[in-house]
Amino acid sequence: MRPSLMKQVEELRGVNSVKIKEASEQGKKVVGTYCVFSPHEIAMAADAIPVTLCGTKEEPIAAAEEKLPRNLCPLIKSSYGFAVTDTCPYFYFSDVLLAETTCDGKKKMYELMGEIKPMHVMNLPQQGEGEENLKFWETEMKRFKSFLEESFDRKITDEDLKAAIKLGNRERQVMKDLHELNRVKPAPLSGKDMMMAQWLKGFNVDKEAGIHLIEDLITETRDMIKEGKSPYTTETPRILLTGVPIGAGSEKVLEILEESGASVVALENCTGYKGLDRMIDEEKEPMKAIAEKYLSTPCSCMTPNNSRLDLLSRLAKDYQVDGVVDLTWQACHTYNIESYQVGKFVKEELKMPFIQIETDYSNSDRGQIKVRVEAFLEQIQGEY
Amino acid sequence: MQTLSMGIDIGSVATKGVLLNQDHEILDKVLLPTGWSPKKTGEAVYRLILEKKRLMADSTLDPRSSMNPRVVVTGYGRVVTDFATKAVTEITCHGKGAQILHPKTRTVIDIGGQDSKVIHLSEKGKVLDFLMNDKCAAGTGRFMEVMSTSLGVEVGELSALAEGYKARKINNMCTVFAESEVISLLAEGAAKGEIARGIINSTAQKAAVMLKRMGIQEEVFLTGGVSQSPLFRKALEEELNISVYFRQEAQFVGALGAAAIGLDIKG
Repeated sequence: MRPSLMKQVEELRGVNSVKIKEASEQGKKVVGTYCVFSPHEIAMAADAIPVTLCGTKEEPIAAAEEKLPRNLCPLIKSSYGFAVTDTCPYFYFSDVLLAETTCDGKKKMYELMGEIKPMHVMNLPQQGEGEENLKFWETEMKRFKSFLEESFDRKITDEDLKAAIKLGNRERQVMKDLHELNRVKPAPLSGKDMMMAQWLKGFNVDKEAGIHLIEDLITETRDMIKEGKSPYTTETPRILLTGVPIGAGSEKVLEILEESGASVVALENCTGYKGLDRMIDEEKEPMKAIAEKYLSTPCSCMTPNNSRLDLLSRLAKDYQVDGVVDLTWQACHTYNIESYQVGKFVKEELKMPFIQIETDYSNSDRGQIKVRVEAFLEQIQGEY
Repeated sequence: MQTLSMGIDIGSVATKGVLLNQDHEILDKVLLPTGWSPKKTGEAVYRLILEKKRLMADSTLDPRSSMNPRVVVTGYGRVVTDFATKAVTEITCHGKGAQILHPKTRTVIDIGGQDSKVIHLSEKGKVLDFLMNDKCAAGTGRFMEVMSTSLGVEVGELSALAEGYKARKINNMCTVFAESEVISLLAEGAAKGEIARGIINSTAQKAAVMLKRMGIQEEVFLTGGVSQSPLFRKALEEELNISVYFRQEAQFVGALGAAAIGLDIKG
């Protein structure tokens, strides 16, 4: 019970790595990014292709550990590992890299990565609220814009920005519409398919083609809903997955959840819904509007990060959720510490079962995670 | 004919089996070391109970035969058997078993061979929340076993060895580093009893932190092999400043819960 177009979505992985090569060879500029804070629209306004870079697989971690400490989050090690082993096609074709001062691990790793390729680091405020933080972030946006203008030797006009914002919003809206299909009970799409579709958008070289494919996928899925087709039943426990970003290679916990009989209906993480919640205001002055949108991202790097709790409570309600799973990477201090507050909020305010799972990209703890996940589902079902 | 149900808890160290009637009376219980084959040991416990109780209705041991008792398996070996009516996780089974042995239980602390866990229960014995330790031997039975070996005793003898001694503090939580620490203490001339007491206290401390992280709801019920150590119970009670309850059968709590769940299965 899977939309036939999912096969085409999966094929984007191969398609995009060819397209990025062709585009680069035709002289198109490529801006490599790592984070949901990266303003792709400014790169698009410079007629460049913004892409998300690799960092979700275990393979290059050993190479990264030649320079980075072992006791560091796997996402940072994997990202650096891909760069240093030159095994990520998107990294290879990137002309410049864009990074932000999010967590300590990332910003210090970026210093080492900057030795491999030209890198611009945006200074992200540590507090998401307050006019002064927004003003500061707007100047950082302008600094990035100037960096691109200089690097690519072209002027970025307000018209360029407005067109890029429109396209960016269209992509965001279509991904949001796709995510919202799983509000239906039982959910028409598996969590794994949803994750794959959402994660792959970051690699889309041809944004228009990507938008069309997802529009078609939505149409096909809506037909499935009408016919009452779903991989699940109304009894299947519905899970909201929050926490760290995941992609192909780091989807272990999502996989275990669904193998154990759950339906992951909402992904409140950077590779899922987090970046889709809010559009860029098309009426406002473009640089200010871009700054506003990106600073509103409910990331655990922010202190405090209350908007994450607001988002969780909205998703839990809208998606008829039965339990919340908080996935955190080992040695990720911000998510691991915040998990205490998230757990308290979910249990006491939302009155829902909650579990934190701390792990890395390896398969060594699959058995232990399976016990926890199965017990969590038994707890939700309350049969015994 | 009365309905019987068997629960088998295939743990990393020991496999426990319990046979229960519909009034939750324990008709038989068996414990075998799990060894290298959880599948074979699970089956051995199953056969042993059937043979002892002359329940061999047909030689196939097929639990689907209406003559044989229902079998619910739990523990890390729950997925390997082929005779089980159902597999249920040890968290749910421990909750159910604790509620039968000590109905006032609202918090279960289980120190198992390879993991430890804290479970919050409702009045009816349903799991409300739980916490398991990290992928690490710290605070588990395995920690105590390795430490006992470095003192040259069996883990079951640790409590007797420590009796009457003051504790020498063991600072390391990591099993590998703590072993070196024990060896250094022995080299300094510390008495084995002092170190044994230190090992017990250190495990109790780790358990207490886990309990406090979850929040303590009385009454607290201790399960797992370590529950049989009076010094461990004392150390845990001192850390928590409340009474900690246990039963002689506490090691069988998972198997007991599994058997009770078997009774609830319809059909």
